Amino acid sequence: MATVRTRRAREALTGLAFAAPAVAVFAVFMFWPLIQVFWISLQQTRGFGLAKWVGLQNYEEILSDKIFWTALWNTALYTAISVPLCLVAGLAAALLLNKRMPARGLIRAIYYLPAVISGVSSALIGAWLFNEDIGLVNRILDVVGLGPIPWQSEGVPALLSLVAISLWIGLGFNMVVYLAALQGIPREVFEAARCDGASRWATLRRITVPQLGPTTFFLIVIGIINSFQVFDIVYVMTGGGPGNSTTMLVTYAYSAGFEQRQQGYASAIGVVLYLIVLVMTIVQWRVNKRRDVA
Amino acid sequence: MTRYRLAFAITGAVAMLFPVYWMVVTAISSSADMRGPGLHLWPTSVRWENLTDPLSKFPYGMWAVNSVFIAVVAVVLTVVINLMAGYAFAKLRFPGRNVLFILIISTLMVPVQVVMVPQFHLVVDFGLIGSDWGVIVPRLAEAFGLFMARQFMMAIPDELIEAAQCDGSSQWRIFRTVVLPLCRPLIAVLVIFTFMWRWNEFAWPLIVLKDPESYTLQVGLLFLKNQYGQDYGSLMAMSLLSMIPMIIVFALFQRHFVEGMARSGIK
Repeated sequence: MATVRTRRAREALTGLAFAAPAVAVFAVFMFWPLIQVFWISLQQTRGFGLAKWVGLQNYEEILSDKIFWTALWNTALYTAISVPLCLVAGLAAALLLNKRMPARGLIRAIYYLPAVISGVSSALIGAWLFNEDIGLVNRILDVVGLGPIPWQSEGVPALLSLVAISLWIGLGFNMVVYLAALQGIPREVFEAARCDGASRWATLRRITVPQLGPTTFFLIVIGIINSFQVFDIVYVMTGGGPGNSTTMLVTYAYSAGFEQRQQGYASAIGVVLYLIVLVMTIVQWRVNKRRDVA
Repeated sequence: MTRYRLAFAITGAVAMLFPVYWMVVTAISSSADMRGPGLHLWPTSVRWENLTDPLSKFPYGMWAVNSVFIAVVAVVLTVVINLMAGYAFAKLRFPGRNVLFILIISTLMVPVQVVMVPQFHLVVDFGLIGSDWGVIVPRLAEAFGLFMARQFMMAIPDELIEAAQCDGSSQWRIFRTVVLPLCRPLIAVLVIFTFMWRWNEFAWPLIVLKDPESYTLQVGLLFLKNQYGQDYGSLMAMSLLSMIPMIIVFALFQRHFVEGMARSGIK
């Protein structure tokens, strides 16, 4: 008995020792900041050190802050356009590249390539391609006769240019996840459909897409969560402009916290972002649970 | 049908590759060529000054050194921490194991921007502002890698570990000689992804690093963008240079990338 107990005790000690470095960095740099952010959001801070307790004032300010609502609206609009686009394009690419063809591996790699390019480099390409005066997109549009589009001086085109770059970056991930999911659909299902004389389109609509339902749902949730955190491409490509027409929640929080040095206010925006993402995660969790039960 | 399919696939690939091609064209062309009348989609002359000019004017070499240092140190530390913790959470029983694991995994859904202000305060308190370590240390809390490590190690049969225990090996020895050799595919995925995240990271180094000499390549590129304005030749050349390590890693370990991504997608 004694040996069992000492062996257990020793295993527990070893386990703690192995987990200790990870637990330490998580405790200091994740758990503690997660508590702190609520605390800081109740303070008014300008620069270093000078913090004043203001209760919920930062949150009240958010409610009446026009730029915050603009940023929230822009983020939602960006998400609402870019997530479905990435989804459809990713599915199309997966269906296209699921069949055997020459150089399939290379073609898949090319579709995925933009995902490994940094957000800054992608944004620089975007800024150059969509440059209003000398960028390639407008030069081509000019040749074709569709006239220059004000990608930099008007809000909606600027947002659309961000969506275009996000599509270029995000397509590969959706494609890879869809390809993995397509492997998981039993072959018999497709064979049965073919025997029944179903057309390609009918098979796609009635069988493939429903079978991919859980994957699509996963990709939508991940896509929404990621779009709500978009920073690099926006900050480098448009800088939130023109005006505030491409300011996003996170770029706004960054500029509040680190450019205007109102870190209490930035933390309050962070808490709001946290709540939004939390709600989305809970929705995903509950839907998945219901599906598992059914 | 197969032929149409291939044609579509290649058209898509050309479209996906075109922005990178256009970077290359811009990087070697003179800006007069890029602005001038007449639209051509290929280089008409080669201008190496786009490459040499920024390299001589700005501390690009320092930025590259900083980026390499940060990425390499972060990869080594993160992967070691995650492998050890993965083993503990997968194979060793200790009090608080499940609670700790759930707490760590729940940080997967926390946007990094939520905690950037408190993390910044911590880095200030530790006196790490402006240093590479201020960029590295807060990012060692990497839940995705820890999760992958634990999932992978769960699949290692207990019998292997028990057999080694009967031989009287210590846990540390078992971890090094029995477990780690089985984890090569896991280690490959962890190294590749951590390297990519740290190499491409922008927002956090932008917050921590103040002195232009201490910038990483990503922050340096933003600095160059503000310097060069509408002159995209040099900017594209420098951006391309900064992408080379990632492109090489991707070309070599492409399969791991795609598998790692797919695995993160299907749970």
